[in-house]
Amino acid sequence: MILDQTKYLFITTFLFLIGLSGIFLNRKNIIILLMSVELMLLAINFNLIVFSVFLDDILGQLFALLILTVAASESAIGLAILIIYYRIRGAIAIELINLIKG
Amino acid sequence: MYLSIIAFPLIGCFFSGMFGRILSPKGVAFISITCVFSSFLLSLLSVFEVGFSHCPTFIRFYPWIDSELFDAGWSFCFDSLTVSMCVTVTFISTLVHIYSTSYMSHDPHQARFMSYLSLFTFSMLMLITADNFVQLFFGWEAVGVCSYLLINFWFTRLSANKAAIKAMVINRIGDFGLALGIFVIFATFKTVDYAVVFSLVPYYTTKTVYFLQFELDLITTICILLFIGAMGKSAQLGLHTWLPDAMEGPTPVSALIHAATMVTAGVFLIIRCSFLYENSYLGLSILTIVGSATAFFAAMTGVLQNDLKKVIAYSTCSQLGYMVFACGLSNYSVSIFHLMNHAYFKALLFLSAGSIIHALADEQDMRKMGGLVQVLPFSYTMILIGSLALMGFPFLTGFYSKDVILEIAYANYNFSGIVGFWLGLLSAGFTSFYSFRLIYLTFLSNPLGFKSSMQQAKDAPFALGFPLFVLGCCSLVVGFCTKELFIGLGTPYWNNAIFILPEHIVIIDAEFLSVFIKWLPFIVSILAATLSFFLYKDMMSLLFAIYKTNFGHKFYIFVNRKWLFDKLQNELVSVSLLRLGYSTTYKLIDKGFIELFGPFGLSRLVLQVSKNVSNLQSGLLNHYAFFIFIGVLFFTVMITLFAIFSIYVDVYIFFLLLIAWLVILL
Repeated sequence: MILDQTKYLFITTFLFLIGLSGIFLNRKNIIILLMSVELMLLAINFNLIVFSVFLDDILGQLFALLILTVAASESAIGLAILIIYYRIRGAIAIELINLIKG
Repeated sequence: MYLSIIAFPLIGCFFSGMFGRILSPKGVAFISITCVFSSFLLSLLSVFEVGFSHCPTFIRFYPWIDSELFDAGWSFCFDSLTVSMCVTVTFISTLVHIYSTSYMSHDPHQARFMSYLSLFTFSMLMLITADNFVQLFFGWEAVGVCSYLLINFWFTRLSANKAAIKAMVINRIGDFGLALGIFVIFATFKTVDYAVVFSLVPYYTTKTVYFLQFELDLITTICILLFIGAMGKSAQLGLHTWLPDAMEGPTPVSALIHAATMVTAGVFLIIRCSFLYENSYLGLSILTIVGSATAFFAAMTGVLQNDLKKVIAYSTCSQLGYMVFACGLSNYSVSIFHLMNHAYFKALLFLSAGSIIHALADEQDMRKMGGLVQVLPFSYTMILIGSLALMGFPFLTGFYSKDVILEIAYANYNFSGIVGFWLGLLSAGFTSFYSFRLIYLTFLSNPLGFKSSMQQAKDAPFALGFPLFVLGCCSLVVGFCTKELFIGLGTPYWNNAIFILPEHIVIIDAEFLSVFIKWLPFIVSILAATLSFFLYKDMMSLLFAIYKTNFGHKFYIFVNRKWLFDKLQNELVSVSLLRLGYSTTYKLIDKGFIELFGPFGLSRLVLQVSKNVSNLQSGLLNHYAFFIFIGVLFFTVMITLFAIFSIYVDVYIFFLLLIAWLVILL
């Protein structure tokens, strides 16, 4: 059973890292950025569910459901911002989003 | 009465300085002359009381610095030495005041001038009447300040400004030595009172003091430090360069500075500290060597000066050398005797020179004079008396002190005595040479001046002539009249004011020298005077031929430029010090290190760092994401895994990481 646990956890961590690297390696498209965020949230959901099963506790699945709704609303708001941004600027390439500098 | 001697000149200074505009030049002259003259009369009275009746007076006037062991009050000591000086100072000062009323009559700042003169007299009186070293130092500095003000009297002249600054700065070098000497005295004796210090000296003759890990004899150290002070004030070799430049002031100022007041302060200090100097063999030797070297140097330099006042200035320097080496030979009474006599004939010489310059419309160059004996017979008589007294012509004032100095030098059977005698003898020769050169070139040679200035030249008016007349009479008779009083064998006059170790007394040996030695200074003087007269009268072409040769020209330049002392001083000391001040302390330290590690460098560092840090925010989202990730990672690792890592990794490595991080930021 422990071996299975490791496999699951390996997959979730790997997914999370893919999402993370998607955020800061990606320089082209802001939609990919949002998708990477979604991917990270999914990885975390997966992780919560795995631990919920493993620890035999309902709380993890509860949280997973909650995060599912939060992720849905977050991507809705994110896409809305994106559309407004696109209306103004006419482009959504990340490398062009550098108006605010330190 | 005693305090009035000091107070009167101060009152005169105050009224002529503060109310000069109200009082008018005549009123100022009246007040200041009256004040100084009263001071002179009281000084005469004090000589009677202190000198003749043997009642030294000590007055504790008011406490000044009173802090535990350190107790320096405004207190005054009138012993024989002080009152002798008092009479000289106030007498010369009175005459100079009278003289200035005429000499400065066309000057718009006469009130200021009189005020400074009175202040000078007051400062000098404070110096000589002090009964502790701190008060002496007060007078010492005040005299320096007054000399600055007076030399710089015509403050619009650049050369006067420069000369005054030079006088002040070179005097300050000496004052530094004097201050150190007073510090050592206080550290040793725990007091600055003359009476206590001098009575304790015999107990300290074997004590030593450590300076820079050298073990030095205590008394000798004090003596040398005090002598450095005296060197500055009394223009001894090395610190003498200010004195000839001080000629930039008006002539009465030169008379006051060179005759009675300022330059005598150094000699006075040495005589006052006879109790110290007697206990230091090395100190006495240094006095003798430096004094005789000064006498010789200045006399030789005076020979080839062309400025009327510079010649007399160098003769002052030379006579001061005589006084100092008389002190070095333990004959303090002879030294002060010469000091007083010198005051009379040097004041006479300066004031006569002033009257010549005044008559010739401020012409100072001797080469543009000549033939003045027809025009200015009175000044000629006076300057002749002064010069004869200066060269020690028999039965004039200078004879009684100067020849005694040479005799006692010969009677001292040690190295410094011999050096002093021969150098002194040579200087006596040079002295009479330049005295007669001055007289010949100014009065007897063919007229070389401008016709216009010759035509309007007339002899001194009363206010100018009266001081000359009085000083002339003094130069004739004072030496004879006071010889027995001051340096007579076993004279009771000095009455503990001067101390001489019994084994240093040579005045009896000096009485029994061979007649030839006693005649020698006279013969040398007369020969030199005759030689000078004939050289300049008949052998002018020979002198010119010598001057035209290569060596002669170089020699002339060398002596005329004061043995290049000024050049050496400027190029070796002043310039290098200025350069040090500019390039090292100013550019390297003040504007360099301190600025770099202080305000300028720090602000630049903060700016640079903040700029670098803010550059991290490039505006690109993925960069921000990266930094957020790195930050989270760092803190997670630090918080959760630090305990685990620190077992395997040395903690100090994190400091290295931190420094590397800072370097990247910078």
